[in-house]
Amino acid sequence: MAVDNAYEALTEDSRDLGDRWAYGTGFQDPLSGVDATLPTGADLPAAARHVLGLGDDALVMAHRLSEWCTHAPELEEEVALANIALDLLGQARLLLARAAQLDPGLRPAGVAGHVPDEDALAFFRSAEEYRNVRLVEVPHGDFGHLVARLLVFSTWRLGVVDRLTGSRDPVVAAVAAKAVPEIAYHRDHAAGWTLRLGDGTDESHRRMARGLAEVWPLVGELFTTADAERPAIADGVGVDPATTRAEFEDVLRRVRGQATLGPPGADLRRDGDAPATAWGRTGRHTAALRDLLAEMQSVARAHPEGRW
Amino acid sequence: MNTTGDTPDAGAARATTPGDGGAGADTGAPARDRRGEWPLYEVFLRGRRGLNHVHVGSLRAADDTMALRHARDLYTRRNEGVSIWVVRSDAIAASSPDERDPFFAPSADKVYRHPTFYAIPDDVPHL
Repeated sequence: MAVDNAYEALTEDSRDLGDRWAYGTGFQDPLSGVDATLPTGADLPAAARHVLGLGDDALVMAHRLSEWCTHAPELEEEVALANIALDLLGQARLLLARAAQLDPGLRPAGVAGHVPDEDALAFFRSAEEYRNVRLVEVPHGDFGHLVARLLVFSTWRLGVVDRLTGSRDPVVAAVAAKAVPEIAYHRDHAAGWTLRLGDGTDESHRRMARGLAEVWPLVGELFTTADAERPAIADGVGVDPATTRAEFEDVLRRVRGQATLGPPGADLRRDGDAPATAWGRTGRHTAALRDLLAEMQSVARAHPEGRW
Repeated sequence: MNTTGDTPDAGAARATTPGDGGAGADTGAPARDRRGEWPLYEVFLRGRRGLNHVHVGSLRAADDTMALRHARDLYTRRNEGVSIWVVRSDAIAASSPDERDPFFAPSADKVYRHPTFYAIPDDVPHL
C-alpha cells in the first residue's frame, strides 16, 4: 500500500483503511484544499521575512522545550511539554516552507537539492540568519523560568497568530487557523502552572516571580518590527505585533493578579517596558542561539546528503 | 517521578541544563501520598466513533483539573478522544480476584440471558 501523502493513509476518508485503527484517527492535512498561489501585488520578500521570523520563533522555542525531555519534574508534565514542542515544530515547518515559497532567495545556497526548503532553512542557516525573537533562545532556568517564558511567549504569539488568520496570503491564514487552538492550549497550560506556583508555597512563589522577572527584559522586543518586514504588514499579509500589546498586558495582568504575583510590573525591570529594538528580527542574537543551533543542526550538517 | 525539594543555591547562576532546580514544580500541592507522589487517576476516553467511555490507562496528578489536562496530553495525542473522564483510583471499588468464582461463574451457563434467539433487524445499530 503506497501512499504519497502520510495523511491519506490515516484520514477517515480512506474507508478501506478505516478499520485498521481502534480509534478513528481522522488526521487532517492543515493545508488541504488551500490555494497556495502567492498573494498578488504584495511585497513578497518582505512577506517572506515576516513569515520566516514567526517560523523561527516556533522552531527555536520548540527546541528549547524539547530540551526538557528527561528533565521535567513529572512524567506527565514532560509529555505535555513535548506535545507543545511538537505543535510549535509543526507550525515552524509550515511557516518556513511558506517563507521559501514567498522568496526562493531565502533558501541557503549549496544545500543538496533533495533537502526540503524548511529543512534547508532550519539546518543550514547561521545564527545571524535566524530571525527569531531573543525570548525563545535564552538558556533555561528552572521550572519557574520555563513557565514564565511559555506564558509570555504563548500569550504574545496567540495575539499575533489570531490576527494572522486574516492574512491576505491564504497559506499563512490556514497555518494560523490551525495554530490558534494549539497556542490557546499552550497559554492555558502555562497560565495554570503560573497560578499553581504563584499561589503555592513560598518557594514556588519566589521561583515563579523570579522566572517572570528574568524573561521580562525580553518582552519589549516582541512588539517590534524589522524594517525589512514592514511592507508585509502594510500589504495585509502580516501583522504588526505592536497592535497586540494591550491584549498581552491585560492577560498577564490578570494571570499575575490571580497568581498572587502582585500588581503588574511590581517586580519587573524597567527595560521590559521601554521602547525596544528589533534585535532578533534583524539577526542580532545572544550567544545562546549559536550553541543551540550547533546542537540542533549537527546531524544534518554532518550528513548534508542524508535522506531522512 | 517527582524531584523533591533540593534547592540549588539561591545565588547560583541559571543552569543551562533544564531540570536543574526543576523542583520548582514541587508546589507542596495537595494530596500527595506517603511517598510524596501525586495521587493516581484512572482515565476513560470516548473515542470518535465510540459510544461509551473506555478505560485507557492511568496517570498521576495533583488534582482533578490537572488530571484532565494530563489525560488530554497523554492519551489523546493521536486524535483518539472526544470526551475524557478521570477519577481517582482510590475512589474505585473493584471486585477481588479471590471472589472471581462466586461473582462470575454462575452466569457462565445461562445462555438464555443472551438475546441470541431473536432475529436482529438490520437497521438497528449498536445492539
